[in-house]
Amino acid sequence: MINLVYLKNVVTLRLDEGKCTGCGMCLEVCPHGVLKMNNSAAFIQNRDACMECGACRRNCPAGAITVQSGVGCATAVINSLLGRKGGDCCCSIDSDDTGKSGCC
Amino acid sequence: MDKNKNGLHAPSAIKLPIFQDEPCCNAVKNDVTGATPRLDQPFITGTIPTKAGNVPQVQPVLTRRDRWGSVKARLGIDRMNYKVDPGLYALGNPDTSSPVLVTANYKMSFDRLRGGLPGLNAWILVLDTKGINVWCAAGKGTFGTEELIRRIAASGLQNIVSHRNLILPQLGAPGIAAHSVKKFSGFRVNYGPIRAEDLPAYLAAGMKATAAMRIMTFPLKDRAVLIPIEFVEAMKAFLIIAPVFLFLGGIAGSGSFGANAASHGLFAVTALLSAVIGGTVLNPLLLPYLPGRAFSVKGFFLGFVIAFFLLYLRGSNMQLWSGRAEAAAWFLIIPAVSGYLAMNFTGCSTYTSLSGVKREMHWALPVQIAAGAAGIVVWFASRLIAGE
Repeated sequence: MINLVYLKNVVTLRLDEGKCTGCGMCLEVCPHGVLKMNNSAAFIQNRDACMECGACRRNCPAGAITVQSGVGCATAVINSLLGRKGGDCCCSIDSDDTGKSGCC
Repeated sequence: MDKNKNGLHAPSAIKLPIFQDEPCCNAVKNDVTGATPRLDQPFITGTIPTKAGNVPQVQPVLTRRDRWGSVKARLGIDRMNYKVDPGLYALGNPDTSSPVLVTANYKMSFDRLRGGLPGLNAWILVLDTKGINVWCAAGKGTFGTEELIRRIAASGLQNIVSHRNLILPQLGAPGIAAHSVKKFSGFRVNYGPIRAEDLPAYLAAGMKATAAMRIMTFPLKDRAVLIPIEFVEAMKAFLIIAPVFLFLGGIAGSGSFGANAASHGLFAVTALLSAVIGGTVLNPLLLPYLPGRAFSVKGFFLGFVIAFFLLYLRGSNMQLWSGRAEAAAWFLIIPAVSGYLAMNFTGCSTYTSLSGVKREMHWALPVQIAAGAAGIVVWFASRLIAGE
């Protein structure tokens, strides 16, 4: 299986190893094996594989991870540039947590 | 983020069940507390009694009607309204010790789950994600912590099962803070495998996923099923633009309108259609083998190959300026179109980051617009030259 990798050196993922408690939750939720465990703390092993889904940040009980999460979807970016909501892409990138969807 | 700094005694850190009832044109206004799924949904085969009332029952077998629904959704027919009612369902004949699986109320997500579990008895808790799949809904936050906590309470789950474990798809993790769910509902979130078909193995191993179950891949089959929706969406634009090119191809040139339209106009339509196929069919199929990391680059590459191929077949007279200009035009337009469509496939892929997409678009979108616009001007000029 060829491992697909997107652009290099662009991902916003950061891990504060001082805050990390080593619970390993981030390793469990990451769909691209970006994080690995090093004795007592996690570390970022493969940053370029990160797709900024934000699963690790959301599930980190220690708040040790930061990432500007969003959906890597050009259609959604174009829609937001044009001030449209939703559109063709299933995912829109309104990051506010109001739970508003492009329902109507 | 700062939820945890406040310590354990800060329930205000999370907005618990406050129902912002946004009026929604097609939503049935019944989906708040205590709501149970409607029993007249076609896939429900009965009810089973529990301490929290009757729970609608579904089977781990998909009917022809379910499969046809999936086909239609893949083609974009009524896709945004392909839903099941949120709430708790019984898969087979579950009891108090059966596992609880959580999913989205997109019908295809629901069907994937129950169809992948032959012979298993389980509870399925469906969250209200407005008919969006788990992954996209988690990104939006509708497959989220609050909705999960609210659904657990509304379904009376604590009275239906004796254990306190939930199994969520791993791809729901961007929307769910497992530690908050535990804190506010008492239920422990276990992230299951990415693919529903791995669930039996995950359950058999005592809710343990192998490393391979946790990695999201993007194999040919997964890319191929996305082609119809991409192609259909692009064809909507194509059907508007194609007649314009057919007409413009006819109005200038030495021959009659009909002859010109048949030659230049029809070639234009063929070229545009080939560009659409390049961006929406060939790009997904050949994705890992195309050069470049940026999707636009993959699309540009396909566009150049297609343009070269079409112009070779056309065999225009390259001695004439009109022939050269026409060739140049298509070397601009076809890559612009296929590059743009390929770029839009980032949203369907399973590995592009938003930061990466923004960086790509920053240079690629202007290039696509400029090449497309320049190509149209050059093409029309080639028609005018030919008319002299």
